[in-house]
Amino acid sequence: MTVTNPETESTQQLIIEGAGCASCVGKIERALKATQGVDSAEMNFADRTVSVTGSVTAEALVKAVESVGYNAKPLDDSGAIDALSEKEEADWAYYKKLMRDMTIALSLGVPLMIYSIVVGEMTVESNLERLSWLIVGVLTFGVMYFSGKHFYLGAWKSLKNHSANMDTLIALGTGTAWLYSMVVVFIPDAVPLMARHVYFEATAMIIGLINLGLALEIKARGKTSEAIKRLIGLQAKTATVVRDSKDVQIAIEQVLLNDVVKVKPGEKIPVDGIVVDGHSSIDESMLTGEPMPVEKSEQDEVVAGTLNKSGLLLFKATRVGKDTALARIINMVKRAQNSKPPIGRLADVIAAYFVPVVMIISILSALAWLNFGPEPAIAFAVVSATTVLIIACPCALGLATPMSVMVGVGKAAEAGVLIRNGEALQAASKITAMVLDKTGTITEGAPSVTDIVLANASDEQSVLQLAASLESGSEHPLAQAIVESALAQNIELFNIESFNAITGYGVEAKCDEKALLFGNDKLMKRENIELTDFTEQAQSLAKEAKTPMYFAVDGELAAIIAVADPIKSDSISAIKRLQANNIRVIMLTGDNRETAAAVAKKAGIREFYAEVLPEDKANKVQALQDNNEIVGMTGDGINDAPALALADVGFAIGTGTDVAIESADITLMRGSLHGLADAIAVSKATLRNIKQNLFGAFVYNVAGIPFAAGVLYPFFGILLSPVIAGAAMAFSSLTVVSNANRLRLFKAKEH
Amino acid sequence: MMIINLFGFLLIALIIWWFWLYKPKQTTVNNHELLIEVQNGVYSPSVIQVPANQPVTLKFLRKDESPCAETLLLPALEISKQLSLNTVTQVTLPSLSPGEYQFHCQMQMYRGVLKVV
Repeated sequence: MTVTNPETESTQQLIIEGAGCASCVGKIERALKATQGVDSAEMNFADRTVSVTGSVTAEALVKAVESVGYNAKPLDDSGAIDALSEKEEADWAYYKKLMRDMTIALSLGVPLMIYSIVVGEMTVESNLERLSWLIVGVLTFGVMYFSGKHFYLGAWKSLKNHSANMDTLIALGTGTAWLYSMVVVFIPDAVPLMARHVYFEATAMIIGLINLGLALEIKARGKTSEAIKRLIGLQAKTATVVRDSKDVQIAIEQVLLNDVVKVKPGEKIPVDGIVVDGHSSIDESMLTGEPMPVEKSEQDEVVAGTLNKSGLLLFKATRVGKDTALARIINMVKRAQNSKPPIGRLADVIAAYFVPVVMIISILSALAWLNFGPEPAIAFAVVSATTVLIIACPCALGLATPMSVMVGVGKAAEAGVLIRNGEALQAASKITAMVLDKTGTITEGAPSVTDIVLANASDEQSVLQLAASLESGSEHPLAQAIVESALAQNIELFNIESFNAITGYGVEAKCDEKALLFGNDKLMKRENIELTDFTEQAQSLAKEAKTPMYFAVDGELAAIIAVADPIKSDSISAIKRLQANNIRVIMLTGDNRETAAAVAKKAGIREFYAEVLPEDKANKVQALQDNNEIVGMTGDGINDAPALALADVGFAIGTGTDVAIESADITLMRGSLHGLADAIAVSKATLRNIKQNLFGAFVYNVAGIPFAAGVLYPFFGILLSPVIAGAAMAFSSLTVVSNANRLRLFKAKEH
Repeated sequence: MMIINLFGFLLIALIIWWFWLYKPKQTTVNNHELLIEVQNGVYSPSVIQVPANQPVTLKFLRKDESPCAETLLLPALEISKQLSLNTVTQVTLPSLSPGEYQFHCQMQMYRGVLKVV
């Protein structure tokens, strides 16, 4: 969403690369000032930045700088790696500060706590006691100031803003305890004798414990983003490019389109490109989850972030910067990690009203004690009000969903499964029926000619020659198989005329004054071509999972050509995994019934629909949905777009990394159907984790608040101590984050 | 005792009025951009009036080091941004149709609303 708005009158900063001397400054500034829309441009040579004011896009500025021979990039666009380490540093600094605050608070709170347990009631009776408690009160104020300032400041700021948050509750709770204690110290006569009790230990302990909780939470949060850190870490920092026949080592941001990049064995591919020279095997497992290295030679695509294993490669950069597949994946995972599945919405609504409601409950609780409570009622009222404020924890509620989504989406990405958003994640966990396209999904999608059965034709060679000439006009994968096998036999192709593809039937054309027809039995019937007993031959081919097609020349059947598309080696086991999860697996194909039945049988699929026209795929999905099924649809993302869009979850299956990751709800980076089972297993586990978190947070707040208000007192004489409430609150959000972290250990393969 | 009860209920009424009924004042975006400070649990300003059908840039300056302040979410537009500490993060919004758009942090402790008119 960083579209720069050209009409904005603003100041932008650019980092200039390659400016080695002070005289560059004038050149760059002049180039920028000459750009339309720029009001002023000033370069700071020391840190190599220019600030430009005016209404102009960053792209135009970068171009202007490049036109005079330097490289530039917008400042807020700086490398993700730097931003990440910066974030880690900031987190670390904050962690240290919180730990220091915690130490200060607890070094007062713990001795007081021990005193209250060992010596007993911290009551104020004599003047000596008043004086010593006054000193403690002042010390406690010091704790509030040095360790708890951020709570009070935050509470005050948000109060002024008519909003309330966690700080409000902590500030009110600890503030009430301290104020009451100070009243007892200064004007003991204002409260009944039995209620002259101080609660300084509560204030100090609560501040200390909550700071500790926050600190530990930061540590735990760091772990939740490990998956994205790993992805970002895949980016190479430098690249070797060949410029003027010399190898130059440059920063990855400086690689330009069409640069020739050299990668040695053991190095990472820095940007996306097409191999121009060399041969090597490349480990793509970090992106696709596919453990086998992939052979690459000239004209093959290579992808940033993957590892060159064996040979020297030279490739031309085709996508650089934030356009590389890796950058887009990182972006998508980041976005998905912060999106929320519908299950979390209720918690959001509650969170919005939560804090004021807790404040009201705390007042009601105090009033109840004052009206109906035993003596010293005022002490009980203060304790219960404080405890209610402290134990209520909006954080746990607010964190429950996002933390699990963050870990779950990251976990899926590690297995080569990209989940677009929280909604897709939730829907995937509920899938009851999975529709699989046959070609390219269950099968390799690379068919080849297996049989040629001659009818009226005289030899196989001429049949293949005519058929391949005809099919060279078609883009259907089966057609390509025929063309390829003709080319493999060095058969020359004829030119064809008036080519026509009849969707769902086949193709027709004229060649050398002959009328050619190629397609299924429906086409033959339509054109009144006698098939005689060749239909039986075709059926027996189909039963072997081959696709037979009829070829007619001048109104007479010439031959049957059979093409087979082998089933992917791991499709069968992946389909078993889906079925073991009680998912109805359904195969769709445009292929004929017999072939479909044979493939389905081989793959272990009981339900299939054959001879489905492409536009009918969506209808099949709709029919399943009308049957109350939650439907997942898996296809290659191009032919199946309407069905993918209609399904509750559309899975686009990619081979390698050449996938349109923005198009589907879930993208499988490798071709294997195991990705489907992995995606469903991870989303189920994530949803289970979210439910645990939400349940925990709800129970915690719903049960904790009445407990804190003292509902147990009339029956058992128990009133919760504010210190325990403070500890419970501090560790409730930590529990949520830790539970989410548990997901990191989840092994999708075992489900 | 009556007085105390009365005082308690007044306090409750005050809470309801202050947090829910009161309509805070709005800040209008001029010149297509606005700087929003992220500090001490609040976006300031947090109620922002935006003219419809023209793109706007919101610049978030995060000064709060607590991790809650880090993520900015605008669910209606599927925007999520990491705000880095002590730097301005630009969020460019496309032309919006009139309506209210909430934005908040992950835990919804920081909250704000865009009112597009």
